[in-house]
Amino acid sequence: MTIKVHGSVFSTATLRVRVCLTEKSLDYEFIPVDLRSGHHKLDSFLSLNPFGQIPAFQDGDLNLFESRAITRYIAHSYAGKGIPLVSSAVEDVWAEVEAQRYEPPAAKLTWELGIKPMLGMATDDDVVKAQEAELAKVLDVYEARLAHSKYLGGEAFSLADLHHLPTLKYLMASPVKAVFDARPHVAAWVADIMARPSWQKVLAEY
Amino acid sequence: MVVKVYGPDYACPKRVILCLIEKEIDYETVDVDLLKGEHLSPQAMILKLCAESRAIIRYYAEKYRSQGSELLGKTIEERGLIEQWLDVEAHNFQPPLYDLVYQLLINPKTGVASDPKRIQEDEEKLAKTLDVYEKRLSVSKYLASDTFSLADLSHIPFSNYLVTTLKKGYLIRDRKNVSRWWDDISSRPSWKKVLELHPPVF
Repeated sequence: MTIKVHGSVFSTATLRVRVCLTEKSLDYEFIPVDLRSGHHKLDSFLSLNPFGQIPAFQDGDLNLFESRAITRYIAHSYAGKGIPLVSSAVEDVWAEVEAQRYEPPAAKLTWELGIKPMLGMATDDDVVKAQEAELAKVLDVYEARLAHSKYLGGEAFSLADLHHLPTLKYLMASPVKAVFDARPHVAAWVADIMARPSWQKVLAEY
Repeated sequence: MVVKVYGPDYACPKRVILCLIEKEIDYETVDVDLLKGEHLSPQAMILKLCAESRAIIRYYAEKYRSQGSELLGKTIEERGLIEQWLDVEAHNFQPPLYDLVYQLLINPKTGVASDPKRIQEDEEKLAKTLDVYEKRLSVSKYLASDTFSLADLSHIPFSNYLVTTLKKGYLIRDRKNVSRWWDDISSRPSWKKVLELHPPVF
């Protein structure tokens, strides 16, 4: 199989790439990387991602890392297949918003409330409180945007929306769900994108 | 209608201006004073000026594909690598460097004390990233390929602080390939023009 994704089942960045491939109806080989035994620090993995992070991606001879660069590549390279995901200018702006404004608090909350409990580590309530406040500020902007626009980038689902799915998986299963639910347009948008068949398929795969 | 760029004194708007010059696109600027901005703190002002600058440069590089320098590569695969190193810049390079600019150049102007521990951590993170760049640039003339691209361009405005007012040029000079790459990209006529037209204010 020409497309390979090296990552872990629980990793949000790995999920980001997997749901993009699924939206594009693309087959791929999933190669688990055992983080707990330090597999990602071995030279064999560092040759795929010199930052030692998952996911790493291969398509034939091309080797990429950074999940959002990978999804953009998939959108362009397979433009004719599956859902169209090549971003317009406005959609790209909101993809930047996701990466630069939403992701920092969302990732920290995912770690505290989603991943740490799985690893038997204690949640830091001070961090949760502070990051919830940050997330709320971002979601206020989303609420205003989604009052005029079905999806973040406009009337069509795009990478800007897709990139949120992996952190939403954890946050909507945590007390942080309330921050989303308190904003009706945001809540409706979350429900819509999480109900997409491709996302359901990825969740059911493992 | 001519493109308007706000806050040319500062690094993120310079990223946009650099792209516009490379693509031979006319533009106008609107001055913004970071320290006297609209009842917002300097930090909020910087975020406002930085907002989505990479989306803006992607847009112009794509829309004006047929003129100026080609910044998005010749193939989809090369484009993928450019996007990858652009994301590396956004996640691993700019954040610690941005914090250093904040701690060492902006805080003094607003009377806020700097945090030596944080400065040390920022430098360590930046050094680790530059170690990866050093290795990459030993096999590739520029980050994504052997051609200058948007990924290299995106680094220029903030890197300039390292070799000037931050006085941390050694982070670049101590690394042979990074040093060679920096000399190359910072000597492009477009960057020289940016420095001449919009000299940094700190």
